[in-house]
Amino acid sequence: MYTSERNAIVIAIGAAALAACASLPSAPGKPPALGTAVSAEEIARFDISIPPSGAGLPAGSGTVKQGAQVYAAKCLACHGEKGAGKPADALVGGIGSLATPKPVRTVGSYWPYATTLFDYTRRAMPITNPLSLTDDEVYAVSAYVLFLNGIIGEDAVMNAQTLPRVKMPNRDGFISDWPPRKL
Amino acid sequence: MKSRKGDASPMPQASRGRRDFLTQGAALVTGAASVGIAAGASAQGLAGQPWERVYGAGFTGYGQPSRFEQPVMRHIGRPYGDLAPGTGASLAPIETLEGIITPSGLHNIRSHSGTPDIDPKEHQLLLHGLVARPLKFSVEALSSYPMTTRIYFLECSGNSNRALAPQPAQVPAGAIHGNMACSEWTGVPLRVLLQEAGLRPEAKWLLAEGADSAHMSRSIPVEKALDDALIALYQNGERLRPEQGYPVRLLLPGWEGNMSVKWLRRLKATEEPTHTKDETSKYTDLQPGGRALQFTFEMGVKSVITKPSSTMKLPRSGTYEITGLAWSGAGRIRRVEVSTNGGATWNDAALTGEERPKALVRFRFPWEWSGKEAVLQSRATDEKGQVQPARKAWLAQYSPGNIYHNNSIASWSVGADGSVKNVYV
Repeated sequence: MYTSERNAIVIAIGAAALAACASLPSAPGKPPALGTAVSAEEIARFDISIPPSGAGLPAGSGTVKQGAQVYAAKCLACHGEKGAGKPADALVGGIGSLATPKPVRTVGSYWPYATTLFDYTRRAMPITNPLSLTDDEVYAVSAYVLFLNGIIGEDAVMNAQTLPRVKMPNRDGFISDWPPRKL
Repeated sequence: MKSRKGDASPMPQASRGRRDFLTQGAALVTGAASVGIAAGASAQGLAGQPWERVYGAGFTGYGQPSRFEQPVMRHIGRPYGDLAPGTGASLAPIETLEGIITPSGLHNIRSHSGTPDIDPKEHQLLLHGLVARPLKFSVEALSSYPMTTRIYFLECSGNSNRALAPQPAQVPAGAIHGNMACSEWTGVPLRVLLQEAGLRPEAKWLLAEGADSAHMSRSIPVEKALDDALIALYQNGERLRPEQGYPVRLLLPGWEGNMSVKWLRRLKATEEPTHTKDETSKYTDLQPGGRALQFTFEMGVKSVITKPSSTMKLPRSGTYEITGLAWSGAGRIRRVEVSTNGGATWNDAALTGEERPKALVRFRFPWEWSGKEAVLQSRATDEKGQVQPARKAWLAQYSPGNIYHNNSIASWSVGADGSVKNVYV
């Protein structure tokens, strides 16, 4: 009891300190607590973001060969034969172009993490019907695009264990500016 | 707008449609002509335009600009054309606007997968991850919190990338520098919701995700979330426009616009950034050599002359007002200088709105144009002492293919014939 009271006081002081130093002060008075509890099941239906660690990757898997079929049916019309692009962005190529006046930033030349490919394909593609691909299809088409870029072999299988371990060519091509550099 | 049955009033009623009124107005004019009074003239020779001689239009539920202002439109860029008509940007026509508030209907738009048609009764904001109590908020619930109102600019970090083209584009200022705007925003400080959910100490980032069909997502440092991040519900006094994130958006004052996630449906507290598509493959700034700076959040100190500007023409020599906009993601604008000789000499401009951090400031400078060639520039300094860089100095920081965070000085040349052109100095 004593400990929890003391913790509550510490938290309250911490919150007050945060509010005091924030450049956007809160409106006066105690805010109403109107958020409602949400179940783990409901969160799981919304939680589609996949960080580089692969945390949250779903069960399932896909091969390069399966991915080629998914690609032909759902991606090729916009991203072109073998990811060459046109009318939409190229998914392949651009190695060596980043320092030129016309950088071609593709999965192969630029993207630092393979998990981002799974994440973005699942949340946003195909553009006419996002959230429609099965997890197996997303793994498979991710495998195919990685294969087209020469990053994984033709027999590779992508799943929750293998995808985060894929080393992307431009993995070391980024310098974090957060926290900001000193002036 | 149907006429009420049995309404025998001879005067147009507010409840009548505009077409009804115009018909009646024409009848009145015809009637006048039939008794010998020409429309637009008076028997006594009194001055008065035609619109002074007919009854004006009735009330409307939602007002629109004058029909004579129809050319004032956003500059729309659609890199994928009809394939993805809602992907790209629509830039504010800053060359036609005055003051510091951008009308909501002319606010710049950057969208990745079009504008979703969200039913606010069905929308919810989920707050989960490294929190003591995962919570969801309906729009109605969010609307019941005490509100905070602030004026902030929003700028896409790709703004002014058209000024990086090999040749200067001869298009209006807004088509180059209008991927930014300024509104009064009202909502709930994000900090309030984080306190309610009980943010855990190990949480360092928040993944913010939209309910558009791209589910556009960015990682936000917790420091910003606890400082001045706003869960915005209103813009310029009314509910957010659909294109601006209706019914709820994140607003991160002074930071690149892409992070102020529209149509906000989810915030997940995490230890590390998620490295989403839009913070890796996009919105990263290529450096000389080809490595890229990532997580460059704050928008640099910047200004642009909006009048006179590219594609305009000065009709005569004599006195003009040079005016434009200045802003900084770091805080307040302290100073704007104007040069009329391509940067050889600079003079301080008068400022409006400089008391507000992270908001547009209007600057004005009186100029006597002799009729000779001139090059007009503006240079802003913010309260941190940061000075807007010259074009060449800015270019030297980056790889030639970088398209983000161009805050360099813009130049407009004035020819002896008064024509104003975009030039690189």
